[in-house]
Amino acid sequence: MFDHADPDLARFRDDAADWIKANFPPALTGKSPTPFITDGALADADQDYQTWLRRVVDKGWGAPTWPEEYGGGGLTQAHSVIIHEEMARIGAFFPNHTYGEMMLGPTLLEYGDEVQKRRFIPPIARAEVRWCQGFSEPGAGSDLASLQTKCVDGGDHWIVTGQKIWTSGANHAHWCFCLVRTDTSSKHGGISFLLIDMKSPGIEARPIYLISGSTHFCEVFFNEVRAPKENMVGGVNKGWPIAKRLLQFERDSLASGRAEAPPLAPLAKEYLGVNELGQIADPDVRHRVVRNAMRARAYAYTMRRTALEAKSNAGVSAAVSALKNLGSDIAQERADLAVEILGHSGLGWEGDQFAEAELEATRAWLHSRAYSIYGGSREIQNNITAKRVLGLPG
Amino acid sequence: MAILSEEQVMLKDAASAWARERSPISAYRKLRNEGGAQGYDSRLFAEIAEMGWAGILAPEEHGGADFGFMSMGVVLEQLGRTLTPSPLVSSAAAIVGLRRAASTAQQELWLPKLVAGEAVMALAVDEGAQHNPLAVALKATKARSKWTLSGVKRPVLHGMGADAALVVARTAGAPGDVDGLTLFIVPTDAPKFSREALNEVERRGAAIYSFDGVEAGADVVVGEVGKAAAILDYVLDCARAGLAAEMLGSACEAFDMTLAYLKTRPQFGQLIGSFQALQHRASDLYAELELTRSAVEMALEALDANSADARELVSLAKAMTGDTFKRVAAEMIQLHGGIGMTDEHDAGLFYKRARAADMSYGSAAYHRERYAALTGH
Repeated sequence: MFDHADPDLARFRDDAADWIKANFPPALTGKSPTPFITDGALADADQDYQTWLRRVVDKGWGAPTWPEEYGGGGLTQAHSVIIHEEMARIGAFFPNHTYGEMMLGPTLLEYGDEVQKRRFIPPIARAEVRWCQGFSEPGAGSDLASLQTKCVDGGDHWIVTGQKIWTSGANHAHWCFCLVRTDTSSKHGGISFLLIDMKSPGIEARPIYLISGSTHFCEVFFNEVRAPKENMVGGVNKGWPIAKRLLQFERDSLASGRAEAPPLAPLAKEYLGVNELGQIADPDVRHRVVRNAMRARAYAYTMRRTALEAKSNAGVSAAVSALKNLGSDIAQERADLAVEILGHSGLGWEGDQFAEAELEATRAWLHSRAYSIYGGSREIQNNITAKRVLGLPG
Repeated sequence: MAILSEEQVMLKDAASAWARERSPISAYRKLRNEGGAQGYDSRLFAEIAEMGWAGILAPEEHGGADFGFMSMGVVLEQLGRTLTPSPLVSSAAAIVGLRRAASTAQQELWLPKLVAGEAVMALAVDEGAQHNPLAVALKATKARSKWTLSGVKRPVLHGMGADAALVVARTAGAPGDVDGLTLFIVPTDAPKFSREALNEVERRGAAIYSFDGVEAGADVVVGEVGKAAAILDYVLDCARAGLAAEMLGSACEAFDMTLAYLKTRPQFGQLIGSFQALQHRASDLYAELELTRSAVEMALEALDANSADARELVSLAKAMTGDTFKRVAAEMIQLHGGIGMTDEHDAGLFYKRARAADMSYGSAAYHRERYAALTGH
């Protein structure tokens, strides 16, 4: 343990472990936080989740490493790593890794003006406001900067017209951080970063049905939506660098969100049997399960050490692109292996002909294709690593 | 990169500077070309010892620094960058083994000499094509109070320059049995012992050791007779972890050299590093190196903490460094094109090193299997 030499951190760990044990609702044990983050209606309706969320927020851990003056916990990265480790240890999860907490908050801390910081950051830390990300458009995916959603000057407010896509949780979000075009004559220099109230007239969010059955990604239509002038971050046409910085935070959250999944060996032994040495009976599957387990272990350590090495959120760097790719590769491999192990029982869609764990594995396998696409595709991440980390030309 | 202490940062800087100035790749190339049997430069090893690096894992009472495995790894990584040939990995593993299992007299006899670089100790374990410690067949038979060793060890890494070897012999049972292995310290000037340099793609002093009735008294038995399997496992794990750190350094250097080439070689009116296909391969290799670094650090940390999962983490590190270094070395040749195939270019040295290092103390495949066995697969 990295804190064995630091008595203060060791004490913090002990206290954190005690508090978590005393306050985490047992009914949530082993559950993934993802459904609560992507489906606001589910989050609001789940008593256990709400209880856990309120307790964590009231403890001051809604955003552990943000400055206290903006509602954060004022703690270090090391403390945050400890909190997450102690939660994971008992099958608990951190309940406030929302889009606001992971992406907008850190970005506003760097680019927001004082009014914006004081208005928008504390409610994120207190989990009172749900945010969605209005970035991609049907014509602007990997080439995000080619976005076209128009933002014109309406006097004391901006007027936004256009369409966003892949906006997670838009149908249950309160606010949207949105990239808009304020100048059509300059590609990167004509983009602005605007905060929009989702209750504004003219906004419609439509869920998109994916191959996995999930519906949290939405299309969002903006029809002459008004946003007060003071909700533009960083100034007119200054949004692209802010967007790029936010995307780094997004990559980091996606990379570190890959919690070390439970080992596949027990599943493999159950469905494939064991040989006379007690090993997974199929040597080919065994070999691939072992490879994946080894990589996953090294990856978990990588996320931990890069979290510790980054002194603060500001420490998130271009190197996170490589990590996002490693994480998605390993997770996709695992999802594939799980359904392979399940055989025909890995093809269930719903109903009681299949065990719940089998159905979950099938949905996870279907959804896993998205890991190497969302948050910047594998290819885009490799472009970024090549240019910004390795300094390759062109 | 692990969060290094101030001391470790200083160690890293010192090792890096020394390796670049005193032992650049050209030094290994020269040694290789000369074809000397020892496979490393005694004067350079004396400098390594003078810097205190041979004693990093030795206790202070015998002149060591007791800085631990992470510090050893920091030094070995830098030496690996310039393909420095040295018996540091074997000697360090021997030191660690003696510390744990040798008698006070044996420690007092050997540790100060090993720390000072006055003596080098090799590990004589393998007997054939594949690393398989339990398959040891070299026999040690007891007559009155002395043992007699007969058999062959091949390869003995750094064996040509060693003053003594930690020899694994079978005193009971059959090849494959966990019980019945015994460790002996045998000086290489012992009667009825002979050695021969292996003529391999790398010239780092690997040897064939022949024991034709070599005598060994009870005073050179390390630990308990017939019960050496556990200490052997530990000694080998120390060697594996050290070698993994060295391999990581070599792989990183190979990658850096390749990257430099991509940034300077023009073809079709542009630098080849601007071709997206090559950029993506470089990005993938970079990610792989980061993952491999983590594996090495985990193993070194686990050995320092003496944790229960140290063995599987050492196998994780050795397997990953084996695969990654081989892959980077192959890519180095490929991305350099034709010149990468010339002996004059350094790519070939990295390629041969990667394969030889993977074979040493258990290949990637061996260690994946060991990881599997240790983790309930």
